[in-house]
This record gives sequence, C-alpha cells and structure tokens, in this order.
Amino acid sequence: MILIRCPWCGPRDAGEFHYSGEARPRPDPASASPLQWREYLYFPANPRGEVTETWYHRMGCRQFFALERDTDTNESRLPGGPR
Amino acid sequence: MRLGPQPGEEIDRERSFTFRWNGADVQAYEGDTIVSALAASGRRVFSRSYKYHRPRGLLTASYHDPGCFFQVGDEPNVRGAHRLAEPGLDVRSQNTWPSLEFDVKAVNQLVGRFLGPGFYYKTFIKPQRLWPLYEQVLQRFVHAGHVSADTPRVAVDKRHAHPDVLVAGGGPAGLAAAVAAAQAGARVMLIEEEHRLGGHLRWGDATDLAALAELRDLVAATPGIEVHVNAVVSGRYDGNWTAVVLRDLPSGLPGGTRVEQLIKARAKVLVVAPGLIERPYVFAGNDVPGVMLSTAVRRLIRLHAVKPGERAVVLAANADGDAAVADLRQAGVEVARVLDARAGQDILRVRGRKGVQAVQAADGTTTECDLLVTATGWTAPASLLSMAGDRPAYDPRAARFFPSSLPEDVLATGGLAGDGSLDQLIAHAQATGREAARRAARLRREWQAAVPTRGHANGALLAGHRLAGHGLADHKLADDPLLADDGPVAIPELPVDEHPELFRARTHGIVDYCEDVSSKDLIAAVREGYDSIELAKRYTTATMGPTQGKIELVNAIATVAEATGRTIAETGTTTWRPPYAPVTLGALAGRPLEPVRYSPMQPWHEAHHASPLIAGAWIRPDHYGDPAAEVRNVRSKVGIIDVTPIGKLDLRGPDVPRLLNLVYVNKWSKLDIGRVRYGVMCTEDGVVFDDGVTGRLGPEHYLMSTTSSGASAVWEWLENVLQTMHPDWQVHITPVTTAYASINVAGPAARDLIGRVTRGVDLANEAFGYMEVRTGQVAGVDESVLWRIGFTGELSYELHVPAAYGLHVWETLMDRGRDLGVAPFGVEAQRILRLEKGHLIVGQDTDGLTRGFSAGLDWAIKLDKADFLGKPELAWQHDVENGSGSRLVGLQPEDGSLVPPEASQIVDGPRIVGRVTSSRMSPTLGRSICLAQVEAALAAPGTRVTVRLPGGRLVGARVTEHLAHVDPEGSRLRV
Repeated sequence: MILIRCPWCGPRDAGEFHYSGEARPRPDPASASPLQWREYLYFPANPRGEVTETWYHRMGCRQFFALERDTDTNESRLPGGPR
Repeated sequence: MRLGPQPGEEIDRERSFTFRWNGADVQAYEGDTIVSALAASGRRVFSRSYKYHRPRGLLTASYHDPGCFFQVGDEPNVRGAHRLAEPGLDVRSQNTWPSLEFDVKAVNQLVGRFLGPGFYYKTFIKPQRLWPLYEQVLQRFVHAGHVSADTPRVAVDKRHAHPDVLVAGGGPAGLAAAVAAAQAGARVMLIEEEHRLGGHLRWGDATDLAALAELRDLVAATPGIEVHVNAVVSGRYDGNWTAVVLRDLPSGLPGGTRVEQLIKARAKVLVVAPGLIERPYVFAGNDVPGVMLSTAVRRLIRLHAVKPGERAVVLAANADGDAAVADLRQAGVEVARVLDARAGQDILRVRGRKGVQAVQAADGTTTECDLLVTATGWTAPASLLSMAGDRPAYDPRAARFFPSSLPEDVLATGGLAGDGSLDQLIAHAQATGREAARRAARLRREWQAAVPTRGHANGALLAGHRLAGHGLADHKLADDPLLADDGPVAIPELPVDEHPELFRARTHGIVDYCEDVSSKDLIAAVREGYDSIELAKRYTTATMGPTQGKIELVNAIATVAEATGRTIAETGTTTWRPPYAPVTLGALAGRPLEPVRYSPMQPWHEAHHASPLIAGAWIRPDHYGDPAAEVRNVRSKVGIIDVTPIGKLDLRGPDVPRLLNLVYVNKWSKLDIGRVRYGVMCTEDGVVFDDGVTGRLGPEHYLMSTTSSGASAVWEWLENVLQTMHPDWQVHITPVTTAYASINVAGPAARDLIGRVTRGVDLANEAFGYMEVRTGQVAGVDESVLWRIGFTGELSYELHVPAAYGLHVWETLMDRGRDLGVAPFGVEAQRILRLEKGHLIVGQDTDGLTRGFSAGLDWAIKLDKADFLGKPELAWQHDVENGSGSRLVGLQPEDGSLVPPEASQIVDGPRIVGRVTSSRMSPTLGRSICLAQVEAALAAPGTRVTVRLPGGRLVGARVTEHLAHVDPEGSRLRV
C-alpha cells in the first residue's frame, strides 16, 4: 500500500492510517448559504495532481496531520517538506 | 526416449519412480517435470484446446506452456511443464471427454466457422428461458480442472519482509545483481520462478555451465541474500510494496496437495531481471503437437535428457536457433532442414493433426519430419515495470519492447535492458546491483531522518533502545559500506542486437493458445470495429487466458497492427496488472485473524448458558434462556446486565464544556459536579451520529459514554475536533472503554441491592437523584463510578468499576441480591425494555440519512446555541423543511399479537412512506410495540398507517401519543 509520511513516526504503510478528507476551508456556519455549505460537505475538488489532505495515524501516534499527496503518483510529503 | 547423461542435467538417474497419467503408469526420475517424464515415454498429446478441442502437445516446456495444464489429484490447472514429478502422483488431462485420444467435443472443430471471435456475445442469447440449459452444456466445454468441495482447508500465514533490494529473477543477471547489492551492504531478497537458479545458463554450453556454477557458489557464499526458488514476484504496488508468492509448499495433507504462501515485501529498491520469454511463430498448424520453441528442445535435451523427436526441421532467426540445431544433432536427432529466417527463408504450414508429419516451406518444398523447432524472437516480460508506471517502448530494430522511464526505486537488468556477451550482461548487472544498494541506503537514511524523535546515525543513542519493527538490531549503521553520499554508480550501456521482425508467416495460425484465438479471429475483430489492441483483446479474449500475454501479446499486437495498417509502436500494448502469475486464493487469504473481545464477566455468562451475540468485535450475552422473563424481572424486581462494551471516554481539562457544547446538540456550559446529562451528536450534515450520557466527576473531570459500536469513532471524532479545529483548547481524552467493567442494575429493588454493596455514597433519592453521578466503594472496590440513568425506564444505577474487579463485583451482586430476586438480563431483554420506553438506538431507529429532527430529538436540539456541529443543516431542516421529511414515531399494531418484522415498509397505496425500525412483543403490556420512521404528514398521534409485511400482507397500526409505550411520564425512573 502507499507510504504515508507521519510527521512523528516516519513513513508508514497506509493501512495504519485513516484518511480524513481533503483539507478545505470550512465556511462560517452562521453565514453560509445551504448551497455553500453543501458544496463544502459533498464536493471536494478531487484534482488530478497535488492535493492537501488530512490523515489520522489510527494505529500509531493517533495524531491528525496535513499531507500533500500527488493523486497521480501517490508520492506524498509533509507541507513544505521533501518528497 | 531418454538420452545418455547430459552435462548439467537435472535428473537423478539413481532415483526412479512411477506416477499415473490418465490411469497408466509412467516412469520418471527425480528432477523430471511431469511433462519431461511424459515426453521421455514418447507421449506427445497432452491436452485439448479450449474452444476447438484441438490436440495440443508441449510448446515451451516451461511454466507457461499452454498445452500442459493438468489435474493432479484434487488440484486443477497444475502447470505440468513446471511441476516436478513425484512418486504416486495421479495426473489427468483436463477438458477431454471421454478421453484425450478420442474427444467428442472436438466436434467444435467442425462448426468452427460458427464459433468465431465473440461468438458468446452473439449466440446462446435467445430464448432467455433456456439459459440454465445453455449454462449446463457450456460448462462441459469449459477448459478447466475440477475442485473438490471436500478438500480440507490449510491456512498458511502470510509474512512481511523489508528487504533493501528485491531482485526479481535468478538468471545470470539477477544472480550477479543480488551478489553485488549484498556485497555493498544491502539486505537482498532474490526470487526465482524456476526450481533452480541460473536461468538460460542451465541449458547452455560448457562455458555457460561453468559460469552458472560460479554464480551459484557466489550467491551461497555471500551473506545477506535470502533466496527463494519456485517463487514469483506477483505484483508491484506503490512504494515498491510487492507481493511475492512461494509455490508448491507441502501442506501436510495426504495426496500431495501443495499450498502457496504470500510474502508482503516492502522493498526499498526493486531490481527486475526476468530474462526474456521466447515467442512462438504464427502459421497454419503452429499448435500441432511436435511444434516446439528452441528453448523447449534445449531444456528437454539438456535438463532432462529427453530426445524430443526423430527428424526435425528448424526455423532459425537468431543464435539460439543455431544453438538448438547443434543440441539436436548432438542428441541424435536428424536435422532434415534448417530454414534461416535471416536469409529470408520461411515456413508456410505444418501438416498433421495429432502430430507433425511434414513441414511445407515458403519456397514450396515439403520436408517430412516429426518435429518442427522455431526460434523467431524474444518477448520482454515488462509487467513489473509497467506496474511501476513505465510505458515500454518498441524498438523495431530489435523486434522487442524496452523500458523507457522507470521511477527512482526500480531498476532493470539482463535481457530486459539489452543484449551482449555473458560478461557484458554480468557487468551491467553488477553495476545495477551496486546502484540499487546505494539507492536503498539513501532511502533508509531518509526514512530514519524523517522520524524526529530518534537521533541521527548514532550508536550510543540506539544502544539502549529496542526499536521494534525496524530490524535495526542487525543493521550496521556505523560502518555502512555504501554511504548515501556517494555519487550514482555508472552502469555500462548494453548493446542491442538486431533481430528480424517475425510474427506471422503467410498463413494464419493460433495467436493465443490458451484461448484458441487465431490471427484470423483478430483480423475479423478489427474488421468488426474493435480496432484498438484493448478492444480487440477484450472482444477476442486474446491474452486473457492463463498465460496472460506472456507468449502471445506481441503476436496479437503485430496482427492488430497489420490489420489496421499501423506500426507496432503506434498500436501499443495492453495494460499489465497484477498478478503477474496465478496465485491461489489460499495464499491471498492466509490465516484469518480476527480479534474477539470479551468482558471480564464472560466466564460467568458462559457458565450460566448465556446465548452469545456477536456485536462487532464483542461477544455479549444475548439472553440466558428466556428474555421475556428477564424483562418481567427487571420491571418487578431487579436485574443486572453486563454493559462493558459501552464506549467510555475520560475527559479532563478546563475546556471540556466548550468541547461538549460543540459536539452535542444540547447545552453543556452549566453542568454541576455530580450531574449527568444525555447528549446527541450530529455530523456536519446534521445526521445523528451517536448518543450517550456524560457526567461531571470533578471541576475539570468528566466521563462520557457513547454507544458500544461508536466507541472508537466518537474518540476519533473528538480528537479531530481538538487537533484540527481547536488546538487551542485544553482537553485531554483517555479512552477507558475497556479500563472499566460496566454493570447496569435496574428495577424497583435496585436501590436495595446497591445499598448492600456500596460504601461512601448516600443513596437516598434526595441525596442521589436521577441523572446524577457519584464515586464510592462498590463490593470493596474503591473509585467505582455510579450514575443514575434510565435506558430501561426503571430505577437503575450504572456501575463502572476497574475492569480487573468486574467479575468480583458481578458475583457479589448476584450473591447479595438473591432474596431480592436478582437475575441477569441480556442484550435482547434490554432492547425490549428500552423499546417499551421509546428510547431510540442510533443506527437502528436512525440511518445514514436521518437528521436530528427526524429522530424524535426536537427537545434536545438547541438552535439558539452559538455553534455546534450539524447546526446549519439542523436549522434548515427545522425552518425550511418544517412539515416535510421523516419523523420517528411510536407505532401500535392493531393486532397486538402480530409483531411486524423490523424494516417492514409502511405504505400509502403504491408509495413507500416509512418503515418499522424496531419491533418486539412487550412482556409488560402483552402486546406488540414498535418504533417507526414515517413521513411527517402521517406522524400525528392517532394516525392510522398501513404496514406491509414481507410476503405482501397489509396490516394496520396507529401512531402513539408518545414514543414510550410504558410509563411515558418517566415516574418509575425518579423514585
């Protein structure tokens, strides 16, 4: 399975993690329209190429962290870090 | 016929035995494959082809030989040209009836013109009612062995491995690369498909055999190389995560059944050295027994001392064809004619049906013979490279594909990379091996540097630590011979020999031997419009059989190219996907290891004949024989239930109330110490996610309970909120689901029972009221938590005691409450009790679309709170959709003796307007009771609805005033 670089534990097999979704700005719930809110809920950008996502190291350090992953090659890096 | 001793032969003439072939005895030596022994006995016909049932013999004498799949004992589809013969094996041909010699299904050949490509898309379609009959008939014609359902299951554990360098292929290049990598300090795993290392050197000349011996000795003498023969690298996935399959392992079962083992190997660098696979030539009669490839005859002669025929014609386009001619002559075979394709000679067709009788050359001459040998070219097995993202490029000069762009962690060597002398190939492989080790060392250092809590390469730091899972105990960090700082190793370029492009003669022949697809079929497919290689493949099924393109793909591409007028490079290849070679399901399944969770009271439940309920990973007591009696006992006396699986989270910190306010739909800013509140959580789409009670034990100390199936999901949810939304909040969560054993004591006599076992807590109603929490000593156990909640609707205390004392507390309660009539109750009784009280179960009375106001939770949802998860959607559900959507209601079937099955639909004419979500016979009321989801328009109390039972019968039911059927005011809770 793909290797996920946990910032605390190093590169680990993806099976240890839980994918927690594409990192996107959360609209202000007080002022967002239903359309804006539901776009946030149901329509991730899902690009081909680089995407920033959140992963949770379920079977490890139990930390949530952001990861930049190339959806084409599955190479990943921590934001600002080396590949 | 058996020849005299051959240099390099792999049979042991001292060990002779027999096995059975279609009932007859066949003599073999140790080291023979099933097919080499059959060939030595003079047999030539081994199977019938898939569609036309044409007689087939041996073609390649290797694992992939398409005419050599046999049933061995209860094992189907055994590769007879690879599987070693053993004493007493029972080998049978497949797909033949009544016998191999006279096969009735060969009638297919007569109707061949009606069985063109894709005939199954066009025939056997109408009339549809005859499909079962078609299936039965077609099944008899399917090419496969048979599996016995009685075959005992053998579970083979999978293995995980982390080699620095994985070398796929044990020929000269693979061996040299493995040794060079190991000498450079890498941990190497070497995988070879055949039974012995050496590749084509095994059937080579004296120089080859000498080089082979040297390489084998070197591998054995070099530390750090794990060697597996009769194994295959079956797939390469992201990050060089590879599947390695070890074949033909003994199972311990009688009859010699073999099993396979899967190794999941995460290799830092993969070296692909599979050699080249010889390609057949397409011409009329190219599948007649007696037509063989040059490697086949050389294997038979050299490895097994088998004379492949008496009189041969050879079509040679390369040096291997010439070498085959020499080997044939040395074996006493009369070589009647050599057709040199390099000089433009070619064959036209083979005459003979059950065996070669004559060969007609393109120049018109006919030569009588019983053996035709072709050496027309080589195919690069580029599958692993393609799985790594490479798109191999075709070189028309060399008539084969080459790698074009490999990722950093994959290298190719051997025939895949080029040609040249043996010395040149070995030099290339050695450099490749060294470079592979260098890249692996670099990667290893990078991974270690990526772990911030560990110091860099520092012996002192590591000396005191056992770092599990990294194998660093063996690793020599201080004296790494090949440092990642070195520059890349220079890998010499290999020459690429010219080779004539020979795919098809001037006649048509078989392209895919397994699937019985001829060049004519492929051309017809193109004419029908399937003019790309991907479409032609799927329409004709060419390359979709057991050989998966290894010997037929390039010929198929060439035929499609010819039919479309494009070049081979323009036509391209199909996509190679794992597995590269067949894998048994048993290897993939391994041994199922599913953890099972028991509460500490399990021994008591078992001893008292609890009927087990599987609830996720937990085993819980469903009931102890009579759930209705258990319900009555709770309502009239006192019952105890083991609720240990309930999720429990210990929350500490000054910001806990802010967290609770955010995740629950109700208000939590003001919860006094010693009080408990029920809460419901929704996700951001407003859907009900979990519910439970949370109590405040101290100024900054809370205990949250969740549903048992939601325990880990809620913990993750809370951590998500704290880590990603509010890292500024100070809250610490400790999961204590299994740290506490939990017992719910419920019934009118509950206070009496608790009073007998508790110290340090005033149990009077005025001192310890409903929805309050205390800590004290229960059955001698300090720090026990007691809270008064009301899932069952009776006076009840839920105890949470440190898990090690769970059984003791349970037994104490049972003992001290004997005269009070205490009895255990299980999950089933609890479900009935809560249903009588109209308490919803998240996931039972709600589903993945049920938002808060559809779950009877109007009273709990506080839309005037500033923000909580799910608020926007709940606000819209309330304000915008008011009056529409679904509602949770209590339902009373008109016939109280009828218990509608859960999920029964509620209908209004042809429309579905709801469903029954929970349904039981109530022992307390003596009639059936339900909860249901119905459209809002039908949710008013007193409304009559129609329930459709499975089977179609319609019955009536009425919406009740409250969700609760028993004690809707809740007075029994508050005593």
